[in-house]
Amino acid sequence: MAGVKLHGTWYSPFPYRVIWALKLKGISYEYIEEDLSNKSPLLLQYNPVHKKIPVLVHSGKPICESMIIIEYIEEKWPQTPLLPSDPYERAKARFWVKFFEEKAPAIWPLYRSTGEEQKKALKDSLEMLKIVEEQGLGEKKFFGGESIGIVDIAFGVIAHWFGVFEEVVEVKVLEAHAFPRLHAWKENFEEVPVIKENLPDRDKMLDYFKKRRMEILSASQ
Amino acid sequence: MAGEVVLLDCWPSMFGMRVRIALAEKGIKYEYKEQDLKNKNPLLLEMNPINKQIPVLIHNGKPVCESLIIVQYIDEVWNDKSSLLPSDPYQRAQARFWADFVDKKVYGASRKVWSTKGEEQEAGKREFFEILKTLEVELGDKPYFGGETFGYVDLSFITFYSWFQAYEVFGNINIEVECPKIIAWAKRCLQKESVAKTLPDQKKVYEFVAQMRKRFVSE
Repeated sequence: MAGVKLHGTWYSPFPYRVIWALKLKGISYEYIEEDLSNKSPLLLQYNPVHKKIPVLVHSGKPICESMIIIEYIEEKWPQTPLLPSDPYERAKARFWVKFFEEKAPAIWPLYRSTGEEQKKALKDSLEMLKIVEEQGLGEKKFFGGESIGIVDIAFGVIAHWFGVFEEVVEVKVLEAHAFPRLHAWKENFEEVPVIKENLPDRDKMLDYFKKRRMEILSASQ
Repeated sequence: MAGEVVLLDCWPSMFGMRVRIALAEKGIKYEYKEQDLKNKNPLLLEMNPINKQIPVLIHNGKPVCESLIIVQYIDEVWNDKSSLLPSDPYQRAQARFWADFVDKKVYGASRKVWSTKGEEQEAGKREFFEILKTLEVELGDKPYFGGETFGYVDLSFITFYSWFQAYEVFGNINIEVECPKIIAWAKRCLQKESVAKTLPDQKKVYEFVAQMRKRFVSE
């Protein structure tokens, strides 16, 4: 367990995925906050291709991309498994992770734009949520079944960050009556102790994302 | 482990080819079903209702979708021979990273090369070569991305080689001049039976792309 370091930013959902995985497995780590407007030489050395966080550094060796980091953590520390053991179920879990990775970027323009672009982002977000609601979760409490797994962790953005975005742009997307299963999942997810104890402060996030949205919108004018 | 294996695919798909190479590497017998994507049949829509895309592997009636997820599934189920992913977790993470890089970057840039013209195409060409050069650096002096043996990253990228003639003709580019190591690596991969038997002839792909290009570009 020696020498596990996580480079991240306090407001981004992606390092939190890694934090949740590490905490669920009881792995101690050192957290290093990165300033993305002034990327450290160490970050650029560890992730020269994408220059992004999170980066997990284990015994000096870097691993990049949050979901790839989680598969690494799962293989290195098999306790409290995050993936099913059956290959078919694993393929299904990986499918939903990929689905989210591909469709989630539709959420960002909801927050980063206005007008037509924002309307399209709203439409795309609703479509994505509908598919997850109807075909992803089913009657299960969590995507992982009775306890959270890799898909729940991937979808964690929806649980905490999405609500903040909704408040910032003053548009309600994930409404309980339209998405009863996802809504219930969100509440259950945030009650899981490891998740509850490892989320960025909501007010601080609201403040940060409000400021950022104003900066982005004024820069684009 | 055995059981019935069916592959829903389209012959020119570089994603479908990845699965075909993996099946060949493992010596798995399967039924190949060519799909018409302009007229999707009920089986495809039933097996991949969310993305409605190929490839789809159907193993004992159960569908697995997304080419790299299918390849990992094949590696886990038929784990007695020809490992596609490394066994060391750190090496596996690196392999997943680079296959993910290929997935995220190569298709998008290459698409601009063959389906656009003018400034958009020029930008696409620059992007395409930037990506290939990044891959060249990662390959270094190794025979394969996987090291001494053909592996997951090689499999994820080699399938694009069948489209290189199309990129070169429509993009008016010469990949060997810009990225000689990539071409040398590709030719090395083609010496493997599983790759040589899977990759369609570049000319055949070029003719297919020529038809598709007409839908995007008026010339």
